[in-house]
Amino acid sequence: MTDDRSTAHAATSGAPAGPGDHRSGADDAPLLEIRGLSKSFPGVRALDGVDFRLHAGEVHALLGENGAGKSTLIKVLTGVHARDGGEIRLGGVPIDAADTADAQRLGIGTVYQEVNLLPNLSVADNLYLGREPTRFGLRSARRTAAMARELLAGYGLSIDVTANLGDYSVAVQQIVAIARAVDLSGKVLVLDEPTASLDAGEVQTLFGIVRRLTARGIGVVFVTHFLDQVFALCDRATVLRNGRLVGERRIAELGRLELVTMMLGRELEAAQLHRRRGEGPKGEAFLAFEGFGRHAYVNPFDLEIRPSEVTGVAGLLGSGRTETAKLLFGIKEADAGSATADGAPLRLASPRAAVAAGFAFCPEDRKTEGIVGDLSVRENIMLALQARRGWLNPLSRGESKALADRFIKALDIRTPDAEKPIRLLSGGNQQKALLARWLATEPRFLILDEPTRGIDVGAHAEIIRLIERLCDEGLALLVISSEIDEIVAYSDRVLVLRDRAHVGMIEGADVTVDRIVGAIAAEGPATAAGVPA
Amino acid sequence: MSTRKLLLGAVFSCALSFAGAAAAADMTIGFSQIGSESGWRAAETSVSKIEAEKRGIDLKIADAQQKQENQIKAIRSFIAQGVDAIFVAPVVATGWDDVLGEAKDAEIPVVLLDRTIDTKDDSLYLTAVTSDTVHEGAVAGEWLAKEVAGKDCNVVELQGTVGSSPAINRKKGFDEAIASHSNIKLIRSQTGDFTRTKGKEVMESFIKAEGGGKNICAVYAHNDDMQIGAIQAIKEAGLKPGTDILMVSIDAVPDIFKAMADGEANATVELTPNMAGPAFDAVAAFKADGTVPPKWIQTESKLYLPDTAQAEYEARKDLGY
Amino acid sequence: MSFARSFRLSGTGAPQLATLAVILFANWLVFPEFFDLRMQDGRLFGSLIDVLNRGAPVAILAIGMTLVIATKGVDLSVGAIMAICGAVAATMASDGYSLPVILIAALAVGLVCGLWNGLLVAVLDIQPIIATLILMVTGRGIAQLITEGQIVTFTHQGLIAIAGSSFLGLPMPVVIAVVLGVAAAALVRLTALGLLVESIGVNRTASTYAGVDSRSVLITAYVVSGLCAAVAGIIAASDIRGADANNAGLWLELDAILAVVVGGTSLFGGRFSILLSLVGAMVIQAMNTGILLSGYPPELNLIVKAVVIVVILVVQSPVAGRLTTFFRRR
Repeated sequence: MTDDRSTAHAATSGAPAGPGDHRSGADDAPLLEIRGLSKSFPGVRALDGVDFRLHAGEVHALLGENGAGKSTLIKVLTGVHARDGGEIRLGGVPIDAADTADAQRLGIGTVYQEVNLLPNLSVADNLYLGREPTRFGLRSARRTAAMARELLAGYGLSIDVTANLGDYSVAVQQIVAIARAVDLSGKVLVLDEPTASLDAGEVQTLFGIVRRLTARGIGVVFVTHFLDQVFALCDRATVLRNGRLVGERRIAELGRLELVTMMLGRELEAAQLHRRRGEGPKGEAFLAFEGFGRHAYVNPFDLEIRPSEVTGVAGLLGSGRTETAKLLFGIKEADAGSATADGAPLRLASPRAAVAAGFAFCPEDRKTEGIVGDLSVRENIMLALQARRGWLNPLSRGESKALADRFIKALDIRTPDAEKPIRLLSGGNQQKALLARWLATEPRFLILDEPTRGIDVGAHAEIIRLIERLCDEGLALLVISSEIDEIVAYSDRVLVLRDRAHVGMIEGADVTVDRIVGAIAAEGPATAAGVPA
Repeated sequence: MSTRKLLLGAVFSCALSFAGAAAAADMTIGFSQIGSESGWRAAETSVSKIEAEKRGIDLKIADAQQKQENQIKAIRSFIAQGVDAIFVAPVVATGWDDVLGEAKDAEIPVVLLDRTIDTKDDSLYLTAVTSDTVHEGAVAGEWLAKEVAGKDCNVVELQGTVGSSPAINRKKGFDEAIASHSNIKLIRSQTGDFTRTKGKEVMESFIKAEGGGKNICAVYAHNDDMQIGAIQAIKEAGLKPGTDILMVSIDAVPDIFKAMADGEANATVELTPNMAGPAFDAVAAFKADGTVPPKWIQTESKLYLPDTAQAEYEARKDLGY
Repeated sequence: MSFARSFRLSGTGAPQLATLAVILFANWLVFPEFFDLRMQDGRLFGSLIDVLNRGAPVAILAIGMTLVIATKGVDLSVGAIMAICGAVAATMASDGYSLPVILIAALAVGLVCGLWNGLLVAVLDIQPIIATLILMVTGRGIAQLITEGQIVTFTHQGLIAIAGSSFLGLPMPVVIAVVLGVAAAALVRLTALGLLVESIGVNRTASTYAGVDSRSVLITAYVVSGLCAAVAGIIAASDIRGADANNAGLWLELDAILAVVVGGTSLFGGRFSILLSLVGAMVIQAMNTGILLSGYPPELNLIVKAVVIVVILVVQSPVAGRLTTFFRRR
């Protein structure tokens, strides 16, 4: 981390003299200037008189919790939404983009977390879609390819541009998207959560590209949840909260604690992130899985689940973490081994059977497997309970309203009211509503798959506190996460997976980042780590 | 005059079938039928069988289930079997040149039934036996003109499916027949898609639109099914079809004879399902002494009135309509 | 867009009722006696009654179709099921069975057809458009086998009374459509079925993971659709006192889908309203009747219909919703 920062500063100070001058003060005319920007949606004041200034050749972080107004600011800037009030100037000239294409023509390009290109077209076609170079009035595939190769070479990318974009990694797709956006616009580049699906090496590549672009005088707006990346890459940061401007700071003069405080509006109690472990036995196991597995899905494993115990699940992507969860929840039926609940055999043939046994499951992919987007927050919260009761035994409107309101309050789900479609909520609040859906069924065993992914700092901490609270109340939890720090913070024991097999169980005082990383990285047969295959 | 013409026609066809009967014996004829998409088509198939039996002809019927490729397959297999003649009720108008050329090479005469084909080479088939749909409309129009005998008469028309050739031709024939009678006026014309349901629905709207049906003197329907729907609509409006409103239609299916027997319809023009009979006779004559029939044998468009309705109903009810 | 859409869905059906009013008004313009009513043999008689009576079969189809579409499916087979059930009813009527036996048999056949569709969609996971296409294509053949290729007519007074009698002056099909519509709306809203149907329509995976018995709910939707088609088929047969296997219910599946869409239920599944689908069916029939009354040449029927539908759908589209909010704001 420290290395990253120093590199960032080295890059900043080592930049050519020209852009460095731009950066020296906020007094000279900014490249992009937003003043008093306001935007309301029915029931929500998304932006309230927000100012924002971007200088040529700088990377400017736009920060805030979910719902702070970052996305709205960007959507207004790029013409997706019309603004209610305020002014946007680019190079001193007032602009009013009608749509994203218009914004691009004006000089503002955007790259989103989910790449907005066409995976079934070639890289070259994606770069020049809608403006293909022609030769004697005909499209020339060869010329397009040559131009694409040259363009990407400028980004240090040497790939077969005639292959389909979808064949490349997200990182390459991201770079192609950036190349296209910069080529089309050329003044301002907006990067909206570009690193969310990249690994560490790819993030470094991306940063290198961003630095090259700033050296060319392009202004970059960088939206992210990762504070480390802010300190590693950015020159300046603007923080929003609840649709208002909190402040603009130079990164060099900004401490981490100050930044988090600006974002959250309160001191983060770091101590709360760590629970005490080793309080002795947690009580008798009420669930037992023996030789439980499914061919070509997850190797057979043994697992016992006790009340008031958090079992963390660690492993690399593809190691069988989500598969284990889906097997336990009956989404895939096991074809080997047995499950027992309180000593009685349990058949987990469907989620319905699992729910009937007191199981609950918050999937990793919230959007496609978790929320029912068009339905209201209330209906999403009541769904699992209603499904268990059956369609002939409906919760009355009053009952469901009371249920929803109770959980909206208890979990601090931020929504104007319970009737708002859940898709309009931020990721963190959707996650809390999904937790509410399951808590309403009063489960005994809660499985959480990546519960904090794509969630801002504040909600992140809340969800971790919630995990601990539920555990203290007697619930058994199985929590899958890619964040080892996080697993260490709340787990009583950690199940380690490798190559679709359970390879180890780390318990008590041994639960440390080093031990877990070591177990994940270890070579050798699955049995060597102590868990029978 | 028209009676005489009818009589003559009847005598002529009787004579033909008698003459043909002797020569036709022991012939084997293959018939590629379209399918059984309507009651009329089913009746055509059963009448063909009856007519073949009458003449001692061995008729092999292949049901194409509305597909040209099935018809082509059937024709090829008839050629391979070496039949004496091939009848085709073509499902579409084009694409027949190759397979009919093969039949010609094998010197097997081909007769088209009910529908014709588009080809540049007339010699591919011996003759086509079809009805004249324009004439059917004209017979209906002439009957109406005679029936109202100079009195003013507002007619509403239930058309067949828009753009279909029977609908176009039956309208044309009727319009031409009433053109010279200024007392007959076509006041409304809508499509009933040849179905009972739509015929009833359209008739309901005609009744509402024409002063509860009081302005309507006659209904001309392009087929009997729509007319049967219209009869129900008129009854439900409290009027008497056949008495308050004259009812004339085309096809001569059994149910319209029942309605005529009950006094609820006045006239129908036959689209005869007997296309095979004249075809058998033409083939028999051709085989016997090389008599080349005309390229188009027009079936008779016979007018039926309530007096024979009960008998006609009994005769037709089991033909598969 | 999302806001416009949620606004529209949470609305009270104002756009649909307004559309119906406009079309009725247009009918009055082309035919001034459109609203005239009189009693005829103990039942109301007039163009307005024709709209209700002729629209009843599509309205009944639309009830089941609404549920199916709300699950993000579609049922193309309802027209063919109408033909099959009409054929069963007519054949049994001409064989002299009693009315209850006829009705039970025809409804049972509709139920089996719906069950077949439901099993293909819910258990075999075949796309609804393909799954129901199977019965759409083969259904008429089955109906023809039952009628032996003929138009089976009957004089069974009991069966004739289904479409031919009246209640409080209203034709019986209208009464049946209203009773079924209200009963179905009550069934889905007084139980949790409506919520579960919407939930599956929006996100079947998430609903299944939440413990919803998606298969049963899907099968239920298709069975209801099959039953509604059976009722519509019985009415159609009763109306013409015969079963026409070739033409009964022909293309009515498309009218039913259109009624549902005009009623504001999205083809992408989710939020639905059965009562607004009934209004949608009336909009379509009011338009049909208006065209018949207008006296325009029949060649224009489809063009007029298409233009009106395009206008209706454009007015109800999210883009139009956004425009209205835009102008309201100014």
